[in-house]
Amino acid sequence: MLRVDSVTKYFRGLTAVRQVSFEVPTGSIVALIGPNGAGKTTTFNVINGIMRPEEGRVELDGHDITGLRPDQVCHAGVGRTFQIAKPLAGLSVLDNVVVGGLRITNKVAEARIAAAEILDLLDLADKRDTAAGSLTLPERKRLEVARALATGPKLLLLDEVMAGLRPNETDALVETFRQLNRNLGLTILLIEHVMRAVMALSEHVVVLNHGVLISSGTPEEVVRNPEVLECYLGEEAV
Amino acid sequence: MIAGLFADVPARGLVLLAVLAAALLLAPAVAGDYLLSILILCLYFSFVGQAWNVMMGFAGQLSLGHSLYVGLGAYTSAALFVHYQTVPWIGMLVGMAVAGAAGAVIGGLGFRFGIRGVYFALLTIAFAEFTRVGFDHFGWVGGSSGLFLPVEYRHDSDLLTLRGAPVMFYYVMLAFTAGALVLARVILASKIGYYWQAIREDQEAAQALGINVFRYKMLAVALSAALTSMAGTFYAFYYNNLYPETIFSMHKSIEILLGVVVGGLGTLFGPIVGAFLLTTLGEVMTGVAEHIDLDGIKQLFLGLCLLVIILFRPAGVWPWLARRLGLGGRDDA
Repeated sequence: MLRVDSVTKYFRGLTAVRQVSFEVPTGSIVALIGPNGAGKTTTFNVINGIMRPEEGRVELDGHDITGLRPDQVCHAGVGRTFQIAKPLAGLSVLDNVVVGGLRITNKVAEARIAAAEILDLLDLADKRDTAAGSLTLPERKRLEVARALATGPKLLLLDEVMAGLRPNETDALVETFRQLNRNLGLTILLIEHVMRAVMALSEHVVVLNHGVLISSGTPEEVVRNPEVLECYLGEEAV
Repeated sequence: MIAGLFADVPARGLVLLAVLAAALLLAPAVAGDYLLSILILCLYFSFVGQAWNVMMGFAGQLSLGHSLYVGLGAYTSAALFVHYQTVPWIGMLVGMAVAGAAGAVIGGLGFRFGIRGVYFALLTIAFAEFTRVGFDHFGWVGGSSGLFLPVEYRHDSDLLTLRGAPVMFYYVMLAFTAGALVLARVILASKIGYYWQAIREDQEAAQALGINVFRYKMLAVALSAALTSMAGTFYAFYYNNLYPETIFSMHKSIEILLGVVVGGLGTLFGPIVGAFLLTTLGEVMTGVAEHIDLDGIKQLFLGLCLLVIILFRPAGVWPWLARRLGLGGRDDA
């Protein structure tokens, strides 16, 4: 589905991401982990077109999408959430999702029906008429997911949607993603610090540190890698 | 189509709307010359306010140079009328194209180079200002000494050439205002409206949701400019004289947006409520000022009133009024 090939991104003197390559196979759930400042969100920004990489390519289903605008990447089938949630504050929760849904239909009425279903799925149905700006943080994160889902993606990029959730909320969201993956065949690439979610969801984990890919493999392999333990998880995680 | 227009308006709102429409339709029968001229002003500002609201209220793009589009519309249709006896309605269409193109140029420059917010607003001022200077030296339309339409005193009205009594102008402006309201409502409930609002709220989020931000912002500017220019044509044929110093002035641009801000930015009825409120207030202040012999007392009072309104109703008068009238929390009822 997605192939990131030797992507390098600088911010002036700083190399945020250096020669990073990994693949996300169709139908899989892959996690991108690493300490703060490792270049995870930058990788997302390169994939979804907010940033253009200095070197390397991003391919979606064999098509080069490097350097396309975010809206073009969205039309190619990539939905994303933002680490710092960006609710359309003045619009209702339902209308936020309707905006996403208008990617696949021009009819507002159709988009509203689809949006209501997605709100059900993410447990936001009772908030549908609330202004998005007044949602709590966990609700905002779920709204991010709902809106991205409404655009009908084949690949969903999730940027720390579990942060700040209680364990039972995390489990509920994990279950939602599992169902989406299993029932709709949705491919997911997620950035996550909550290891509980990473271990439960992903089949494959990619670890970044200082912009460099230091490890990749199954969750079990990765958490046993001494380098990963040292820079990110800490000894006690073993 | 017509039924859909009123689909989610509460019954109370429909009644109020019908009463308001009837009152406005019958007003010329009871209003004297003075009152009629005030009502024309109210409608004029309702209309240009709505046009400006399309760009700022819906799509979130601040323009402080909308006098540019009024001026272009006015000069285009007036010059075509004076030089070629072109029917004003044709002139209006040409004016809309000219203003729409000017809007597209400003938008194209601003949006292409990522100029946002107040910086974009400065760009709109700059264009209005140098167009004003340009027209000062544009001999074909009279330069700084102005362009005048032949005035005929007549009691019959010729709608085709827009020559006639104030009553005709009143109904023309009423039709414009009603048309703009319907257009705004239809667009706001459509995909375009949703996309504009998404861009207004958060441009990055909008783009990640598949919205071609550049294209939709361009559409907002061009449509807003074209609508605004219709008011320019009206202005030219109603007042019969045009001076670059007046029509392209910063003051005119501010006048256009004040009513919207007071009435309720981004709402459908805000521009109308704001226009009626400010115009009436302005007239009352003029009356008061006549009794107090102090220079600038009118502006002072008007400024104070604005301050009070914006302090106590920062979201505008209409959202609050709508709730008081029992039209629910929805601001587009």
